Amino acid sequence: MDLTLITESVPKILSGIGITFQLMLLSAILGLILAVILLLMRLSGKWYLSWPAQIHIYIFRGTPILVQIFIIYYGLPQFEFVRDSIFWPILREPFGCAVVALTLNTGAYVCEILRGGVLGVDHGILEAGSALGLSAQQKFIYLTTPIAARIALPAYSNDFISLMKATSLASTITLMDMTGIARTIVAQTFAPYEIFISLAIIYMILTWVIQKTFGRIEKYLSHYVNP
Amino acid sequence: MTDTLIKMQNVDKFFGDFQALKNINLEVKRGERIVICGPSGSGKSTLIRCINRLEKHNNGHIFIAGKELTDQVKDIDAVRREVGMVFQSFNLFPHMTIVKNLMLAQRLVRKIKKPEAHKTAMHFLERVKIAEQADKYPVQLSGGQQQRVAIARALCMKPEIILFDEPTSALDPEMINEVLEVMTDLAKEGMTMICVTHEMGFARSVADRIIFMDEGEIVEEAVPEEFFDNPKNERTKQFLSQILTH
Repeated sequence: MDLTLITESVPKILSGIGITFQLMLLSAILGLILAVILLLMRLSGKWYLSWPAQIHIYIFRGTPILVQIFIIYYGLPQFEFVRDSIFWPILREPFGCAVVALTLNTGAYVCEILRGGVLGVDHGILEAGSALGLSAQQKFIYLTTPIAARIALPAYSNDFISLMKATSLASTITLMDMTGIARTIVAQTFAPYEIFISLAIIYMILTWVIQKTFGRIEKYLSHYVNP
Repeated sequence: MTDTLIKMQNVDKFFGDFQALKNINLEVKRGERIVICGPSGSGKSTLIRCINRLEKHNNGHIFIAGKELTDQVKDIDAVRREVGMVFQSFNLFPHMTIVKNLMLAQRLVRKIKKPEAHKTAMHFLERVKIAEQADKYPVQLSGGQQQRVAIARALCMKPEIILFDEPTSALDPEMINEVLEVMTDLAKEGMTMICVTHEMGFARSVADRIIFMDEGEIVEEAVPEEFFDNPKNERTKQFLSQILTH
């Protein structure tokens, strides 16, 4: 175990944490928006909205995220209409491709997590809302959403951690996130143990921070269960 | 005609092949207090749930304050504004404080400003003797307290009529009276109510009319004295002997 190598390489690895964070936060926010859209499509009760959402979910849950990244990065530029489209500036860059892949993937998972939350809302509460004259939209906004959010949060935090770790796959399409930098150092030093173990510990610390943060949010959202 | 608040004509309701309501005819006048009783599965709850469209009737007509209940969302909303409902399992909004439970529909449905809605909420909380709990969450209240809040929540909408769906069935015995007292007070003040309940003492002292249902039909309809002392129908007699002997 070469300690000086570790102390020298950790700062280098950490210089990639910005990319890791950007990938994680952008995909998480866009993925959550996508998940809500997919959820509303699924709950709409109209087949022409529900089916596309279900197909999307099936495809992105049914294939490895690494394959999805490869298809988007290597596959899409093969098509001329993709290169001519307004999305080309995004899909031309590996960063854009990684964000698109992670967003589409996490969106599919989070949609199902949110759906579980919505289905977990006690039907009687919604009936009480109906009996008081609330419209379907008002019930969804003021009753279903806050209650479902609390139910879905533990599973969502799990997916958020998965997403954070999945950002490391972006290194396979030349991105210099923490994993990308670590791989470069290993290629130069031939010291996989020291470097990758250091990298693993950094990811573990990140996971710990995310866990703690979600724990606080959960406590806040549960104030009415354990006041 | 004007003082007929609810009119059900030849109403049928099916759940799949099962007929839950059979040819129901019922008229409720303004200010009347009706108690519906009957064995479980007899269609009592289904009947009152049809009145505010929590269940959709399949045949027949239902008129509320002269307006027919149809598929039109506008009609359903209009009816629900006039008809309050209290559920067996309270169904308070768990994520809101008591006072906010009472303000939500006032604000969203009646478009009442916040200070005014708060005032109304506190007024009715005082009426059900629970104002000091206004800022607590439902989970912090006992069942009886929660049910009184649910009644106050319905009252905040100033409904023409309140439907009670077995309001004391989910309560511990020592909490039943506090809820029945609130309901009795409401009855004395002239509130129109239809109440599905097994509380026969309440039925006897409060009801103008008692309706006995069995297997989706209205079997007997009578004033309390006649209903308890001189029931006409065999099924009514049998039901009464079952619930009154122990």
